[in-house]
Amino acid sequence: MLAFTLRRAIQAIGVMIAVGIIAFSMFRFAGDPVNQMVGMDTSGAERAAIRKSLGLDDPVLVQFGRYIGNAAQFKFGVSYQFRLPVTNLLIERMPATLELAIVATIFAMLSGILMGVYSALRRDSWLAHVFQAVSLIGISLPTFLIGVLMIYLFSVTLGWLPSFGRGDVVQIGWWTTGLLTLSGLKALIMPSITLGLFQMTLIMRLVRAEMLEVLRTDYIRFARARGLTTRAIHFGHALRNTLVPVITVAGLQFGSVIAFAIITETVFQWPGMGLLFVQAVQNVDIPIMAAYLMMVSLIFVTINLVVDILYTIVDPRLRSTVSRAH
Amino acid sequence: MTEPVLSVRNLQVEFASRRGTLRAIDDVSFDIAKGEVLGVVGESGAGKSVTGLAVIGLIDPPGRIAGGEIHLAGLRVDNLPAEEMRRVRGKRIGMIFQDPLTSLNPLYKVGDQIVETIRTHLSLSESAARRRAIDLLAEVGIPAPEKRIDGYPHEFSGGMRQRVVIALAICAEPELIIADEPTTALDVSVQAQIISLIKRLGRDHGTAVMLVTHDMGVIAETSDRVAVMYAGRVAEIGPVQDVVKNPLHPYAKGLMGAIPTLAGEDKRLVQIPGSMPRLSAIPRGCSFNPRCAFAFDRCRVERPEPLPRGTQSVACHLYDTVPAESAA
Amino acid sequence: MSEAVVPHPTEKRPAAPPGWFRRALDSDLFYSFLRSKITMIAAGVTLLFFLVAIFASVLSVQNPFDPAQLQLMNSRISPLWTADGQSPFLLGTDEQGRDVLSAILYGLRISLLVGVLGVVLSGAIGILLGLTAGYFGGAVDGLIMRIADVQLSFPAILIALLINGIAKSVFGNKLDEMSMLAVLVFAIGLSFWVQYARTVRGSVLVEKNKDYVAAAQLIGLPAPVIMLRHVLPNTTGPILVIATINLALAIITEATLSFLGSGMPETMPSLGTLIRIGNGYLFAGEWWIVAFPGIALAALILSINLLGDWLRDALNPKLR
Repeated sequence: MLAFTLRRAIQAIGVMIAVGIIAFSMFRFAGDPVNQMVGMDTSGAERAAIRKSLGLDDPVLVQFGRYIGNAAQFKFGVSYQFRLPVTNLLIERMPATLELAIVATIFAMLSGILMGVYSALRRDSWLAHVFQAVSLIGISLPTFLIGVLMIYLFSVTLGWLPSFGRGDVVQIGWWTTGLLTLSGLKALIMPSITLGLFQMTLIMRLVRAEMLEVLRTDYIRFARARGLTTRAIHFGHALRNTLVPVITVAGLQFGSVIAFAIITETVFQWPGMGLLFVQAVQNVDIPIMAAYLMMVSLIFVTINLVVDILYTIVDPRLRSTVSRAH
Repeated sequence: MTEPVLSVRNLQVEFASRRGTLRAIDDVSFDIAKGEVLGVVGESGAGKSVTGLAVIGLIDPPGRIAGGEIHLAGLRVDNLPAEEMRRVRGKRIGMIFQDPLTSLNPLYKVGDQIVETIRTHLSLSESAARRRAIDLLAEVGIPAPEKRIDGYPHEFSGGMRQRVVIALAICAEPELIIADEPTTALDVSVQAQIISLIKRLGRDHGTAVMLVTHDMGVIAETSDRVAVMYAGRVAEIGPVQDVVKNPLHPYAKGLMGAIPTLAGEDKRLVQIPGSMPRLSAIPRGCSFNPRCAFAFDRCRVERPEPLPRGTQSVACHLYDTVPAESAA
Repeated sequence: MSEAVVPHPTEKRPAAPPGWFRRALDSDLFYSFLRSKITMIAAGVTLLFFLVAIFASVLSVQNPFDPAQLQLMNSRISPLWTADGQSPFLLGTDEQGRDVLSAILYGLRISLLVGVLGVVLSGAIGILLGLTAGYFGGAVDGLIMRIADVQLSFPAILIALLINGIAKSVFGNKLDEMSMLAVLVFAIGLSFWVQYARTVRGSVLVEKNKDYVAAAQLIGLPAPVIMLRHVLPNTTGPILVIATINLALAIITEATLSFLGSGMPETMPSLGTLIRIGNGYLFAGEWWIVAFPGIALAALILSINLLGDWLRDALNPKLR
């Protein structure tokens, strides 16, 4: 178990170093950092001074080491457009993105599992067909289009929900939350549904497929032969066995949810990291792009690691084979 | 004579498919008395497993019981409503499947699975059910049951897992146990233990046992009576020693000839030429006729009905007292 | 020894001949195609989209990219069937007097062009890397597949955005329309190669150990050439399925990038760009500027997805 965790941790560090190389290359080689920082009228001597102060004349490996060293302390340099430390910018916007992503994931999990279980157990009911159609549409409609549609419907036409922003937020330490005010909660509804819809269809399809698979297994047949109630078989045995892979996928998807938030945040002008990133891409603000890439990667590998460990806890077979193997 | 525990009369099971309806079980009848072990033998696809599933009411669509009756100690069970049939399963009929490795839910402790089954059928408290589960594990021969009860299925060997499966099958004291190839997936050394366990449990509890297997050796060792199935029909049925010593049906003869014995080393094992027909291509008349060395014209036209012959019953025109000419 | 308890009539069919092409000609595929009305409609709609995109210049009342053909007096006209509708602007006009229908036809052309080129590029990259990884194995294989693993855990849109940003940084912020189109194709190509690579690699690994490869080497034929002849036909089916589904994904990705302002510029708009432009007029109640490009995009992607789903089920019955 420990060796397994350790091996996974080493893999995660490997991925982070690879991402670090990409981020560093972006920063160092995609355009000249000095040109990005200074105006057209800056003299050659000044440029050379800045170049020296940034350490851009050092050997590339030294620069890379310094970049990684700084990144490990969450120092990603200064944003070209805002002239502020990138870390501060990201930290300031992180609560908005995380709140959105978490609420969207919870929404996606709950509705996805419910719809998936229902359409597996009542395969031929009209509602199951509706769910199937919804899932196809959910996969076919681009996220931004769903957002635009919802804004037109609920903000422009009905005037029920705000079309942009987070509403009123409450400051708790460095964290800002919109969960404690009515306007904050109202502002959260459309973005989280928009963001969660794609994951919901994914989870629904997965739950349905897994559940149908599990219902065909011998132990379900044996459970029926033992005379267990349909309820116990479906919601005790089948659902629990279905949820093991679903947890994994849903957990792994959380990283993608954060990345997909880029689109949702742009549609709803949600003041999170994704919106910052999109603006950075448009304005070629490489330090923010590089930092965002590393942050998202860090979240990805951390989640991967946690899911791997969780998986061994949920599934007793894995737990012992892992511990037996070492 | 007392009423049999299980009585199957003219059972028909059909499977709807895109290419028409396939009849997997055609006009099968047999009885099992209290404490009796009936062996059901035949090749793969002969319909022995489907018969077992029909008795316990687990034929899934597109399959269905198309005709006949199944009585369990006087109660007709083939047309019971789903919920009532559910109460019969596990409570009055226990089932043992072929593969113990896949029969148990891997995510639940074996004890939880036994307790769950006990409490579904008997009104016992959690702790009483747990005590009973430990007793059951002890009865099926699992060492240190009070410890093993909290183990997960993967922590048991194949033979031990099949013992757990048997404990699950008998946990509500059923009148009938259906054992579907209970030893096929096990090591040879373990097979004998499981067979003697099933036999002992049947004797101790007075349980009727329907033992489905393709292994004639297992049947000869365990069963009181044997039913030989071929292409969805019972070819021959009778007391096991009579059928083994003096098989009547040409197919049963071939089957018995295929059992290796230690004593008769000079005899060559007999092979039955050809293979069983697919359900979609069952020949007219006697379904065995293309492979039968004794087939005559009538066999290719008319389906033989079961005929009593001493202690046995055989579905073969060879034993029909009516001359073939007059029938044709 | 294991006996099928329940007879599966479908399993009793004789094995289909190998190679997807023969299977495609097998009546089952046509049968399932003809039987599924939805698939036929989807195929029809997809075909229609391609045709109107190709003949956009013939079908449009104006060239929306030619400022000389636009008249401001025609701006913000609502669709024809509404009270303020004006001929010939069937779906209305935007604030520059651009006919929405014409803009959609030309936008469709851009969206499909980027999508198809993106799929072709990602397919080429994926097949090449898959062949390389499978054939050479060892460290090369390990490296390529590790990259694939890592990349697969990142959403394509993020990768495409990054590539986009890097391109802007390298070439300067002011790219002309055609270069922007090339950047988008490149970004999509680099975002979607993984699935092809995995499929092809798997097939190569299967073929590699077969006797004919050794036999071919014995008689002096180059093994890679021989394997290609077997690997490619075997993987054509899966690749076609991946390509179809990826075409929908590529079009979504392009539209999303354009919507986010990192894709096609307003001087040469794709459907995504049109939706971004129209989004600004939504609050003024001019819904048609965004609604029709949105409907066109959704219908296009839905049709392609339905085709992809059908193709996957038809070529691989096990997944059904």
